[in-house]
Amino acid sequence: MATAETAHHEHHDHHPTGLMRWVTTTNHKDIGTLYLLFSLLMFMVGGAMAMVIRAELFQPGLQIVDPHFFNQMTTMHALVMIFGAIMPGFVGFANWMLPLMIGAPDMALPRLNNWSFWILPFGFAMLLGSLFTAGGGPAGGWTLYAPLSIQGGMSVDMTIFAVHMLGVSSVLGAINVIVTIFNMRAPGMDLLKMPLFVWTWLITAFLLIAVMPVLAGAVTMLLTDRHFGTAFFDPAGGGDPVLFQHIFWFFGHPEVYILILPAFGILSEIIPTFARKPLFGYVSMVLAVAGIAFLSFIVWAHHMFTVGMPLVGELFFMYSTMLIAIPTGVKIFNWVATMWRGSLTFETPMLFAVSVVFLFTIGGLSGLMLAITPADFQYHDTYFVVAHFHYVLFSGAIMAMMGGAYYWLPKWTGHMYDERLGKWHFWTTAIFFNITFFPQHFLGLAGMPRRIPDYALQFTEFNVISSIGAFGLGISQILFVYVVYKCIQGGERATQEVWDNPRGLEWTLPSPPPYHTFETPPVIK
Amino acid sequence: MSHSPGSYYLPDPSKWPITGSIGLFSLLLGFMLLLNEGSAGPWLMIFGAAVLIFMMAGWFGTVARESEGGMYNTHVGLSFRMSMMWFIFSEVMFFAGFFGALFYTRQLAVPWLAETDLLWPGFAGGWPTAGPAGPVAIGPDIPAGEGEFSTIGPWGLPFWNTVILLSSSVTVTIAHHALKENERGKLIFWLAVTVILGFLFLFFQAAEYYHAYTELGLTLGTGVYGSTFFMLTGFHGAHVTIGAIILLVILIRIIAGHFTPENHFAFEAGAWYWHFVDTVWVGLFIFVYVL
Repeated sequence: MATAETAHHEHHDHHPTGLMRWVTTTNHKDIGTLYLLFSLLMFMVGGAMAMVIRAELFQPGLQIVDPHFFNQMTTMHALVMIFGAIMPGFVGFANWMLPLMIGAPDMALPRLNNWSFWILPFGFAMLLGSLFTAGGGPAGGWTLYAPLSIQGGMSVDMTIFAVHMLGVSSVLGAINVIVTIFNMRAPGMDLLKMPLFVWTWLITAFLLIAVMPVLAGAVTMLLTDRHFGTAFFDPAGGGDPVLFQHIFWFFGHPEVYILILPAFGILSEIIPTFARKPLFGYVSMVLAVAGIAFLSFIVWAHHMFTVGMPLVGELFFMYSTMLIAIPTGVKIFNWVATMWRGSLTFETPMLFAVSVVFLFTIGGLSGLMLAITPADFQYHDTYFVVAHFHYVLFSGAIMAMMGGAYYWLPKWTGHMYDERLGKWHFWTTAIFFNITFFPQHFLGLAGMPRRIPDYALQFTEFNVISSIGAFGLGISQILFVYVVYKCIQGGERATQEVWDNPRGLEWTLPSPPPYHTFETPPVIK
Repeated sequence: MSHSPGSYYLPDPSKWPITGSIGLFSLLLGFMLLLNEGSAGPWLMIFGAAVLIFMMAGWFGTVARESEGGMYNTHVGLSFRMSMMWFIFSEVMFFAGFFGALFYTRQLAVPWLAETDLLWPGFAGGWPTAGPAGPVAIGPDIPAGEGEFSTIGPWGLPFWNTVILLSSSVTVTIAHHALKENERGKLIFWLAVTVILGFLFLFFQAAEYYHAYTELGLTLGTGVYGSTFFMLTGFHGAHVTIGAIILLVILIRIIAGHFTPENHFAFEAGAWYWHFVDTVWVGLFIFVYVL
């Protein structure tokens, strides 16, 4: 498919070493590594918060933490996982892989790329620091709904400013991704020859630029309502707290696809490799991603069916939401069709990819149930919703990232990961995940509300099962950290292709690739 | 990496991004402390702002030197142009959020609040309004008494500000053509006119705010009308300030002999930004002042 420039130029021109190398680096591989490690760290932090939540919910009654702290944990768990683990994780994949996949020497704007990353630790210092202020961290839910967030203490201000910083980071990173894809492709890499991971990131970056500023506007209105006497969300001044929900979810729903589209891209790389067949329906995959992105702008109010919208609004948002099942169904169909009659093998990346196709579909179907307005009046704010979004975010986004990590770790490090431990990690993760979250569907349908530290006695059994699953799931991830660490440290040498005849420019480079790659662009025929 | 002529320029490791992060963090932490009566707040804000200004001067200075040193080829220039375009798109979406808030409030929230007699019986709604508990709206540009507020009519200062800003979009375009034809004198004249018009707009806007606060009883706290009015026009004014400073820096660079008829990305970026603030103003004039 392509002849790659693999000559390795060593540059010895005044590059800082040690910590300053990582602080000042403009290299996409360094920055990708920083993003991925940061994401892993935040995954463990957010996971620890989830352990607190599940420990408290192990039994009915209040035993381990007080309710206010419990609320801080649910709020922070979501913020840390969404803005700290998933989004930076995918940006890490983008940094490492986009230039390698399109034959570019680096990202288009390397200094800006560094800044996009280095805002993050400061943003999270602000966010996590709020836990240690008087009154504790934000406790009104990650959605920061007015009027509760207007009444909160200084931790809400810290959260607002943290969101501003993370937003700046995301927008700058997304600009870099779009410009890299449009302007840095090697000769012959037409748009419809790009790997699907590149396509999904192109569209994700567009969504980021379109909606992160809207979130910035929303939290700015919160700030001025809190401190400068504005009345956006105060009916006494003619405002409306529901306005916050509308603006928030205008951001929030595209955000959901920002969290999942790159995962679709990773699946579309892994499945063809281990099915030993080209991706089925490439163009329809691209169109489906674009369709999902378009629909994401006109479905936001399905998050607020119970808020008291006019009937016409309820119906519009119900139907538009259901439309999403069509492009998503196309994708699921194409992945299955790719596997159909393929020479399948089940190395760890493929195990993750197949389980994501299966488990994400469960999350998609519970999403369709939630889209039915009258049914949602029953499900709203119950554990059914919690189960739904963990099936799409954990067994969608996170497990796809894990599959992607196993898939490209040999390329990144030059070593094969430990296949036996990788499989152990997969099976423990997949099993404990289902033990944790499947019972939550039943809890939700039976009426257990989310974000409450106590529950009625009849919910006990399912909560015990769920908590046991969660502890197992948490411990399993320590195994993941160990496998990654071991792979970085050493192991069997990885070949250039790593897998059995995989497609893509990244496999024409040595493992690990030299510090600078494609300085002379490859020509794609 | 070292740079070979003709290939895509990849910069060496840089300390400017981390400097920017420290500045941004200090500025926001200081602001947060200021809002919560922390005594270190203002000092931390000043420190953070100073670091950010230092970072911008250093970073943009580096880019300007690299550009003048001929290290960028057209490929790099295209990356810069594309990124500026997408950055402006992100700014458009930022304003879209505030316009959305205005439309939702006017068209839905206030009428619903007036329809429902449960919470605030007797609230008539309508626009402008400061809500059921706020002061009563009287006609535009009438000095307001106790418990009243007045809006600013469109055909006084706002109209002239519209003329000023639209003219400045024309003058910056004339300057751009002069740059492309390498007529430096004409370029400097028309760009200077643009910058002056920009600051004139800001001066009138400040005068309008003063008038609103002192005589019309219209402040940021005047219910949802004051909120939307001042947040929209205020953020627009902040962007005009940024745009005017960008054009001023470009003017200084032009006087220092920078840019060629073929190669002048910074000028174009500044001009695009200027057209963007101009376009937002047209939206503001129509939806905030006229309608």
